[in-house]
Amino acid sequence: MTDRIYLDHAATTAVRKEVFDYMLPFFTEHFGNPMSVHSFGRETKKYLEAARETIANCIGAEPREIMFTSSGTEADNWAIKGVLKGQSKKGKHIITSQIEHHAVLHTLEQLEQQGYEVTYLPVDREGFVDPDELKKAIRKDTILVSIMHANNEIGAIQPIDELGLICKENGIIFHVDAVQSAGVLPIDLKHLPVDLLSLSAHKFYGPKGAGALFVRKGTRIESMISGGGQERGLRGGTHNHVAIIGMGKALELAVLEMEENNKRISKLRDQLIDGLFERIPEIRLNGPRGDKRLPNNVNVSIKYIEGEGMLLHLDMLGIAASSGSACTSGSLDPSHVLLAIGLTHEIAHGSLRLSLGRENTEADVKKVLEVLPEIVKNLRSMSPLYEG
Amino acid sequence: MDYSDKVMDHFMHPRNVGEIKDADGIGEMGNAKCGDIMKLYITIEDGIITDAKFKTFGCGAAIATSSMVTELVIGKTLDEATKISNKAVADALGGLPPVKMHCSLLAADALRRAIYDYKNKNGLPVDDCDECETCCHDHHDIVEE
Repeated sequence: MTDRIYLDHAATTAVRKEVFDYMLPFFTEHFGNPMSVHSFGRETKKYLEAARETIANCIGAEPREIMFTSSGTEADNWAIKGVLKGQSKKGKHIITSQIEHHAVLHTLEQLEQQGYEVTYLPVDREGFVDPDELKKAIRKDTILVSIMHANNEIGAIQPIDELGLICKENGIIFHVDAVQSAGVLPIDLKHLPVDLLSLSAHKFYGPKGAGALFVRKGTRIESMISGGGQERGLRGGTHNHVAIIGMGKALELAVLEMEENNKRISKLRDQLIDGLFERIPEIRLNGPRGDKRLPNNVNVSIKYIEGEGMLLHLDMLGIAASSGSACTSGSLDPSHVLLAIGLTHEIAHGSLRLSLGRENTEADVKKVLEVLPEIVKNLRSMSPLYEG
Repeated sequence: MDYSDKVMDHFMHPRNVGEIKDADGIGEMGNAKCGDIMKLYITIEDGIITDAKFKTFGCGAAIATSSMVTELVIGKTLDEATKISNKAVADALGGLPPVKMHCSLLAADALRRAIYDYKNKNGLPVDDCDECETCCHDHHDIVEE
């Protein structure tokens, strides 16, 4: 099927052609281990360091502040677990939000079992963390605050500048999971009061298997993976240089095209939202509207039906989407993010996320608007909750 | 989700969707909080189930098992129908992914409840709860994954 429509860019994106072409010679020709002394190694190292510099430039960091990891999840784990020891005299209290990615939440749950105390800040109906809530939650023994830049499910962009300033004033390390926002939203760490920031290549048309952690100069971080002397001895393991070099290229292109892309994609997003509201009764938008929403994110709850059914019908028509319904996750509870913004379980079960990307067109939006209302009508006609 | 062709067939083309006015027995299982509710209607003539219809709020597997249970039950005597296990429903669908087995329980239990409802309304002896151990609990609680 060539006419499939991919609307799950928040899950992952395809490696773009330019990036793929750029990566290719590094599989076979320039394969040297960047840690080796010989010319093969030196050659790879040159490109690896160039990628580091590119990534640093894209987010306003110094090259030595960029650490390569295998994924965004590894970067999140490292950021959180890596700073604890250096703060052990100060305390064991960590602050995060209720809507973080599981890479952060499950890491913190693990730490709770080890005696750390975690405060989960609530969010408002649109999914925003209130800086005043952060101020109230800070204690003498608070050692770390971890808040995401933009939410992966509902697209709410958090006020990280304001949150970071509060952390800075209180001398607390601030980690930001920017996995959904890197390459989509401007990030300038020269001005943002952020100490640690996680990225993942495959969310911005780079390859899977590469991530990065920004560690601001002066932030003490402990090694989590022991091995060779990679990443200044802080992260062992032979570099996946092909993927890392691809990540550099991908971020460079994403940042270069950011403004133009966002303008086009947010227009598609708004067409999609408006169109769904015109065509489907009893529907609600999850997350905010406008500039404080990721330009590529649409998330709606459709009353009386369950998300997986919609996904399966869409999939049969070649349209890929996702849902916060429990049935798609294998757990029995719907998305923690949707519950945190105050949705009831039944409304959360009926959620549908459509995340747009650079290859989507108006025709794709039109197609969804054509087929989804029919799917909804069909599923509602089967629903014992619907009196239509 | 890795569904069998049979599950997808019953999901895309569910059999016996709807309600039966003046149904002889109605069984409802699940709740919206868990993400699935099934309502099963049966018509009974001379101890035989002659018609069955359903309405379901739930995932693909919930809809497919609902559809399958209506197919399995039409033409069966009450005794035969009572013996339809959740495994029989799942097997008839060519199996279900482990995380979806609870959907087959939902269907089997809705059926037992519908039969119970019929017997109750008609003053027939009602089997005690051993017969339908699951319907006394939330159906999610007893599923081992």
